[in-house]
Amino acid sequence: MAYEVGKGGFLANLGKIYGGYAGGFIGFTIVLAILEQMGVSNQFIGYAFVFLTIGVYAYIGILSRTMDVSEYYVAGRVVPAFYNGMATGADWMSAASFISMAGGLYLAGYNGLGYVLGWTGGYVLVGVLLAPYLRKFGQFTVPDFLGTRYEGNTARALGVVVLFCASFTYIVSQCFGIGIITSRFLGIPFEIAIFVGLIGILVCSMLGGMRAVTWTQVAQYIILIIAYLVPVIWLSTTRYGIPIPELTYGQALAQIAELEKTLGVVKAHTSAFTNAQGQFSWTEFHNFWALVLCLMVGTASLPHILMRYFTTPSVKQARESVGWSIFFIFLLYFTAPAYAAFAKLEVYQDVIGQPIAQLPIWVQNWSQVGGLLTIRDANNDGILQLAEFVINQDIIVLSMPEIAGLPYVISGLVAAGGLAAALSTADGLLLAIANALSHDVYYKMINPQATTAKRLIIARALLVIVALIAAAVAGTRPSGIIQMVAWAFSLAAAGLFAPLVLGIWWKRTTSAGAILGMICGFGVTLFYLVATRYFDMPLWFGIRNISSAVFGLPVAFIVTWAVSLVTTPPSKEMQDFVDSIRVPSGAVKAEAAH
Amino acid sequence: MADNMTPEKREQHWAKTSNLMRTLMFLWFIFSFGVHLFAVQLNSVTILGFPMGYYMAAQGSLIAFVVLCFWNASAQNKIDEEFGVAEE
Repeated sequence: MAYEVGKGGFLANLGKIYGGYAGGFIGFTIVLAILEQMGVSNQFIGYAFVFLTIGVYAYIGILSRTMDVSEYYVAGRVVPAFYNGMATGADWMSAASFISMAGGLYLAGYNGLGYVLGWTGGYVLVGVLLAPYLRKFGQFTVPDFLGTRYEGNTARALGVVVLFCASFTYIVSQCFGIGIITSRFLGIPFEIAIFVGLIGILVCSMLGGMRAVTWTQVAQYIILIIAYLVPVIWLSTTRYGIPIPELTYGQALAQIAELEKTLGVVKAHTSAFTNAQGQFSWTEFHNFWALVLCLMVGTASLPHILMRYFTTPSVKQARESVGWSIFFIFLLYFTAPAYAAFAKLEVYQDVIGQPIAQLPIWVQNWSQVGGLLTIRDANNDGILQLAEFVINQDIIVLSMPEIAGLPYVISGLVAAGGLAAALSTADGLLLAIANALSHDVYYKMINPQATTAKRLIIARALLVIVALIAAAVAGTRPSGIIQMVAWAFSLAAAGLFAPLVLGIWWKRTTSAGAILGMICGFGVTLFYLVATRYFDMPLWFGIRNISSAVFGLPVAFIVTWAVSLVTTPPSKEMQDFVDSIRVPSGAVKAEAAH
Repeated sequence: MADNMTPEKREQHWAKTSNLMRTLMFLWFIFSFGVHLFAVQLNSVTILGFPMGYYMAAQGSLIAFVVLCFWNASAQNKIDEEFGVAEE
């Protein structure tokens, strides 16, 4: 990492640097594997993975420190499409993708695939509808765009409110995930583990802002993808002799289907839209579509993702970068169902039906982490039945190597990967929140005369404060990871998608229309979420609150459209501004607008 | 350059861009929703152990999304070059 020697040197050698880094990490894993065979304790291996990787991220974070506004907010706009794709991959794939998604698929079978679809398809919306135009606009934050396009601080402030609600919900879930991993692998209480992880987040982002987060995220992507793929490839090879799990898990699915008959499982793993009784259910059917829609639109509305495309050198590269992003994300997502299938097969074959007294050690290890795994001999026969084995979706991925009897070094590797996923997303979110508060609220709305140094100090102070609050809230265990993340998507989708897309694609959108649309869309979604979650309001049409945006989204579009039509059309200057961001070349005519 | 583009050219450029957008959104819709409406029926076909309905949601559509994103990048770039509004 030769930032000091000159940016040119570093950027010209990205391939070499990260190639060497990936090789080094694999070497480190092999050394630990050898040490394990020589009798080094599991605890040492857990500590080595957690602290070494956090140390590397901290090192990159410190090397990338900066006092330049453009470097701090948008990494100097020098990040090549390919590497921005990797960074977006890490930014995107959080504790929910890494830790919970395969677990969700394990438990929900086909119905869980809504997450897989929803968390990938949204990139088509990002690439086609938004990213290139926001890149051309060329400011620092998503609320910047709203403030310019909809002339003033009302739209900007609303943008900040939505951003804050969505990103904060999201970051709490990440702190939760970090807490699970560090507490399991360091053997410390959950509440303390969260704060240990917090240090890991802050060292990456505080000194170098977006620049540091970008280059750390590339490093984190490399670790998380290696960690995710290794155990599945291992299992695929040992079971079926072919190291391509995405191809071989079809056989696992077939074996599961057989075992389901023997074990008397009524809800088949691969059957679509079935309820717990294994019958086709319209509620499941509707919820599947609602979830897919909310997650996809949410993808295209989450500021920490959109702001990654502010960092590429050009509009063209922003578009290509979306392609690379989804490619790198795809590598994990099309493997997750294989993970779930292998885990289920292991449990069905080797755990269920065993004498409880002889269950392997991993069962005890995981039983100690906050009630995430319970084994209860309900009929006192000493044998584990399927109904007596309750596993939480958040630990399936983390415990799978142990379940399958792989060496402990693989468990450590997976923990490092999960930590990388949670830390990288937490960093991106934290930066999105702190930047919106420091840039949009403080600099644009409160003190436009602030000096650069003061702005950056405020940004850092806010970063620490937001991180501390998020960790404290996560300590109260508000909900499961995947639910919290899905709420964040719904909140962002309902509040931001309509004003962003219409602002670019429909010149007639007026400020009043967009502002009212945001208020109504976001309001409906927030109301539905809070009322169903905390006040026991009955569900509308049986739609679960993880898909709350299904109600807010159409409201946002209809209100924006109707109000825009009855208010004065945007000025000639504003229309010129929209024209100027629709083409990659030429200047952005933003002065006229604001 | 874009700054001295005639309004007609600007409109043509945007019309082509919008067309590409509509095509891609249509395909996006098919792979996000259309195919999976038939998941139950597709599941009766099994290839290499994969019930096809399950396969499409777990892999098939994802591959389509990756292709769509790269296709968008290259097709839009061609449009921009055709109208002389690409960067550099």
